[in-house]
Amino acid sequence: METIKNYFFRDMGVMLGRSMRHILRSMDTIITVTITPIAMMLLFVYVFGGAIQTDMDNYVNYLLPGILLIAIATGISYTAYRLFIDMQQGILERFHSMPIARSTVLWGHVLTSLVSNAISVVVIILVALIMGFRSSADILSWVAVAGILALFTLALTWIAVIAGLSAKSVDGASAFSYPIIFLPFISSAFVPTESMPAPVRAFAENQPVTSIVETIRALLSNQPVGNEIWVALAWCIGIMLVAYIFAMRAYKKRG
Amino acid sequence: MLQNEIAISVQGLKKSYKNIPVLTGVDFQVKAGSIFALLGSNGAGKTTIVKILTTLLKQDEGSAFVNNFDIASNPGNVRQSISLTGQFAAVDEVLTGRENLVMIAKLRHLSNPHQVADDLLKRLGLTDAADRRASTYSGGMRRRLDIAMSLVGKPQLIFLDEPTTGLDPEARIEVWKIVKELAGNGTTVFLTTQYLEEAEQLADRIAIVHKGRIIVSGTLAELKKLFPPAKVEYIEKQPTLEEIFLAIIGKKEEN
Ligand SMILES: Nc1ncnc2c1ncn2[C@@H]1O[C@H](COP(=O)(O)OP(=O)(O)OP(=O)(O)O)[C@@H](O)[C@H]1O
Ligand SMILES: [Mg+2]
Repeated sequence: METIKNYFFRDMGVMLGRSMRHILRSMDTIITVTITPIAMMLLFVYVFGGAIQTDMDNYVNYLLPGILLIAIATGISYTAYRLFIDMQQGILERFHSMPIARSTVLWGHVLTSLVSNAISVVVIILVALIMGFRSSADILSWVAVAGILALFTLALTWIAVIAGLSAKSVDGASAFSYPIIFLPFISSAFVPTESMPAPVRAFAENQPVTSIVETIRALLSNQPVGNEIWVALAWCIGIMLVAYIFAMRAYKKRG
Repeated sequence: MLQNEIAISVQGLKKSYKNIPVLTGVDFQVKAGSIFALLGSNGAGKTTIVKILTTLLKQDEGSAFVNNFDIASNPGNVRQSISLTGQFAAVDEVLTGRENLVMIAKLRHLSNPHQVADDLLKRLGLTDAADRRASTYSGGMRRRLDIAMSLVGKPQLIFLDEPTTGLDPEARIEVWKIVKELAGNGTTVFLTTQYLEEAEQLADRIAIVHKGRIIVSGTLAELKKLFPPAKVEYIEKQPTLEEIFLAIIGKKEEN
């Protein structure tokens, strides 16, 4: 058992290498993940944007945080998909019969999710730059943005792991992500919540996406983040822990 | 390695799925360095036995020792000393044959994974297809790759769950040759099969599992003695294993 522990990170590296190959050999997944958020960004900036009143004069700046969250929510459905396929192919059984810690397999998928979502986030930010996105944020703020996006990705990834492990079909493995993709629409991601009817507004202002969007927006425009950052962090870490516990339970049950 | 050393020892193994009993008390022993065939029809419980012995599944009752390690209390050491080729090919279809082997060699922490992969590709006649994705392999090639992945790291004991099901006669003979070579080099082979001929061809000892029990076990010669030869004396024909199998099952059914 001692040796298994010593090799944990090395084994995880092998697992990460494996699923990164999967991603690089299906670049279409990166395109699928980024194309919808980019199309939305174009649509909102060039079609609806003129009619939307925000407290920022640059609507791309206002919109980008929400778009990034949508991209991540789309991206994690592929994590569920890849995990599901692994179980179908029986390769998981082979790994489990080998002298490696069982959780390395899961962590490999989780790390891959982080890396592939980071790639899509970078692609989208590049497109946003072309569309006029500008930020006055300093390095520290960018690091904070990266950290929050990573936490958000991790939280959703563990939900994806539950879905991937307990799904009965390929479609089932990714269906769970639709409501998550929809959440940013009922938040301050596209329009300020002040314009919404009271009950919708109450929901919008108290769901996780709003605090995350507000925090990232503040960081990118060099504004004080206030309390929002703590609310955002609490949501991300809370969801992550709960999802992690259920994911591990589902994993034990499978294997 | 001592000839009379015991590689697998199973006592009173029981397993139910939900409330359906699948194994109702399985006992047998496998000598180190021998080929042991577990013979049984669909649903007899072969895969269940393999999964328990390879630590993928926990038994409800009974005990089993694999290479002298208790599967219940010492699964880590069991995994260290075995490898499994499951009933359904467990290869990574997105990776090439070579990458599959290198991955397993790395997970087994061998010092020269690429050399190990080259050697196995050559040994199993996959050198020409080494750099093609496994998804393009024929059934026979995939099976050979699957077996090659189990040979990485030269485990003392190899489990092969129906290694030739779905293969054409030529590919089947290929696999038989590999199994004989393995045993020739001192590896213990535990295989399951539905083909009586396969057990006859390969195994030093054969056990027939039927309705969750080992109903008979022994060498081919011993099994043949169990068959009442009286009525066939003047035909001068040895009973085939198939006849023995059907006769024994028939007898059990009457009791
Ligand atoms: N996960 C499961 N849940 C419920 N029943 C199961 C499960 N796995 C196997 N069984 C049942 O247990 C019995 C034995 O299955 P097992 O797979 O061990 O048979 P087998 O001898 O390997 O058959 P085959 O030759 O078809 O591979 C079967 O009746 C099967 O339906
Ligand atoms: Mg089976």
